[in-house]
Amino acid sequence: MASIHCAVLDLKRLDLLANGNSTVHRLDARAKVLVTLVFILCVVSFNRYELTALFSYFIFPVVIISLAGLPPLFILKKIILLCPFVLAIGIFNPVFDREILIHLGPLGISGGWISFASILVRSVLTVGAAFILVGVTGFTAVCQALESMGMPKVFAVQLLFLYRYIFVLTEESSRASRARELRSCGKKGMGICSFGSMVGHLLLRTWQRAERIHMAMLARGFTGEFHARRQSCFGTPEIRFVLAWSALFIFMRLQNASQLLGMLITGLFP
Amino acid sequence: MSHHIVEVKNLRHVYSDGTVALKDVSFIITHGESVGIIGANGAGKSTLLQHLNGCLEPTGGSIHIGHTPLYKGTLPDIRRTVGMVFQDPDDQLFMPTVFDDVAFGPLNLGYTPTDVERRVTEVLELVGAGHLRDKPPYHLSGGEKKRVAIATVLSMSPDILVMDEPTNGLDPFARRQLIKLMRDFKHTRIFTSHDLDMVLELCERVIVLHEGEVWADGSALEIFGNNKLLAECRLEVPLSMQGCPVCGTKSRSAGGACVIEGG
Repeated sequence: MASIHCAVLDLKRLDLLANGNSTVHRLDARAKVLVTLVFILCVVSFNRYELTALFSYFIFPVVIISLAGLPPLFILKKIILLCPFVLAIGIFNPVFDREILIHLGPLGISGGWISFASILVRSVLTVGAAFILVGVTGFTAVCQALESMGMPKVFAVQLLFLYRYIFVLTEESSRASRARELRSCGKKGMGICSFGSMVGHLLLRTWQRAERIHMAMLARGFTGEFHARRQSCFGTPEIRFVLAWSALFIFMRLQNASQLLGMLITGLFP
Repeated sequence: MSHHIVEVKNLRHVYSDGTVALKDVSFIITHGESVGIIGANGAGKSTLLQHLNGCLEPTGGSIHIGHTPLYKGTLPDIRRTVGMVFQDPDDQLFMPTVFDDVAFGPLNLGYTPTDVERRVTEVLELVGAGHLRDKPPYHLSGGEKKRVAIATVLSMSPDILVMDEPTNGLDPFARRQLIKLMRDFKHTRIFTSHDLDMVLELCERVIVLHEGEVWADGSALEIFGNNKLLAECRLEVPLSMQGCPVCGTKSRSAGGACVIEGG
């Protein structure tokens, strides 16, 4: 269960990163959410064989990570965690799509491999952008920004509660699992049966806790309206941030920036 | 008319699985009293507390808070009057940051943002948690969580403070801080606890619950002096009233400690 525990500690670390005080941290959350949305939309809107144009998009994570002083290795590890899922999605492309698209000397590369690489690069970019967004903004602020941009309040509150209690729940489950491990003396215990009842117990406990939390909310005058403190201003720095990045993303979507750069270099040094 | 009177008449509560948690409980707690409700596990303490601000509905009997009967229509007012601190602070702290959590009650009461800011700062300073205001609750230690949980209730300026096992899981220092904080609160206080020394320090009156009934109701010293009653209710004399563990006598020297002789 050490892995669950470590994962939670890592989540807490990501959350603590948001307490930083860089220029990016100080920007209004809505600006960062907007830019990240434009970034993700641009990245996913390329056709499936596009690869070179995607590389220019790495400028965004690189710039933000260095401006905000986030630990790049930490973010990279978080992204690698998701790689198995991406591999599972893309692994059949090379099998089904065998049409050769590129010849590198004697080596022919099929469309399947290119689309597989494209999926990989896209997921690294989008997942990385999401992690960076949380790292420079904080999960709560992201939720509040989404809500102020029109996401229904119910979803925002749900997300906030999910984030608040994910720590309590993982602690509870790691305690239950540790107790099981200690008493199964290194063997399988009762196998899947004991896991079934453990999950059931966890669900019931969650239920009871939800009831107690609701009581605590009622005891403090909750009437269905969720008040939260807002102190944000969408000023000139935010407008500049949104416009500059969005313009760059859209430009890179319409023009293959990597190719342009290549042409520039080969043009300069023929 | 005082807002601070709690009157419980023939209260009875049966859970949906048929467990009779409270058989017939009656008492009156007047303005400014500090009352400890003690009893064995399963005696009905927590069930009783949950009735005091309408978290549970009585099966029989009635509750009046400040001469207002407790029923659905009066619940919002009563919840404003009775501040309830739950046993597990994780149930009480549900907002993203400590500030938001303490501000939750005042915002629901319709305070203006400036008032909320002032009130939250005041209360956090009072419980010694001013430096925690921007932290998320899951980054706090047990003692810090407890203090913030108390702040969330104090921020609504309740007339009656109800606490379920307040010193549970606290280290001696945090426990001492909490006792001091509670002593400074001047309104009606109701505690349940197994920490009988805390009850002895804070409460002049003690109500003993046993199997869903009031077994005794009187001054703390009187009840803690009654060994037979305590044994019947699976309780014992608070440690501070017991003999010295070294010499076995109840009288202490002027220095307050016994001298252990060599050997």
